[in-house]
Amino acid sequence: MALLSATDQQALREAFAGITRPVTIVFVTQTIGCETCDETRQILTEITDVTPQVTIEEVNLVLESERAASYGIDRAPGLAILAGEEKADTRIRMLGAPSGYDFMSLIDAILLVSGASPQRLSAETEARLAGVTDPLTVHVFVTPT
Amino acid sequence: MAFASEHITSITVQATEFHDLARKHRVSGVPKTVASNGAEILGAYPEQQFVEELLGPVAPDAQS
Repeated sequence: MALLSATDQQALREAFAGITRPVTIVFVTQTIGCETCDETRQILTEITDVTPQVTIEEVNLVLESERAASYGIDRAPGLAILAGEEKADTRIRMLGAPSGYDFMSLIDAILLVSGASPQRLSAETEARLAGVTDPLTVHVFVTPT
Repeated sequence: MAFASEHITSITVQATEFHDLARKHRVSGVPKTVASNGAEILGAYPEQQFVEELLGPVAPDAQS
């Protein structure tokens, strides 16, 4: 049974119509001990069902640990979003199933890096970010509801 | 911000799935933002305030 209603699927399809760069989602998974990996896979499939511009690359956390580590992901389910044919790292990561409001965060991230929606940061913020020269990792803790 | 800056990595974490990470960063409510520079922000803030909390206030000489 699909997670998204037909109306929501159509809304997604329309939002994705503006995609100008393909998106690759690296999906770090593991066979045993990942309670939400199946749910995450289903959520990601719902996205790829409505657009060919988003592809999923599954990486097994145990069998392909080096590749997962190259994205800084040591948990499953974990997502890394890459943009363009060149699969440029957007430095956007998600740990845990992108369910509830987090699903919209994932969609927003895809729309942003694919060119379908513009960067919405203010000029002041962009100026501040230009002054960031040291690596900065920002964890944002959320819950599904 | 991660997309806009090559130095910033953004990691959204489902606190209910990764209790150890939530405990490590003393997450008592969501959303909670914890940055590697020591900044901690509990709650959702407007963009400008969030950026100031995260990166610190703009230095006085930078405002001239």
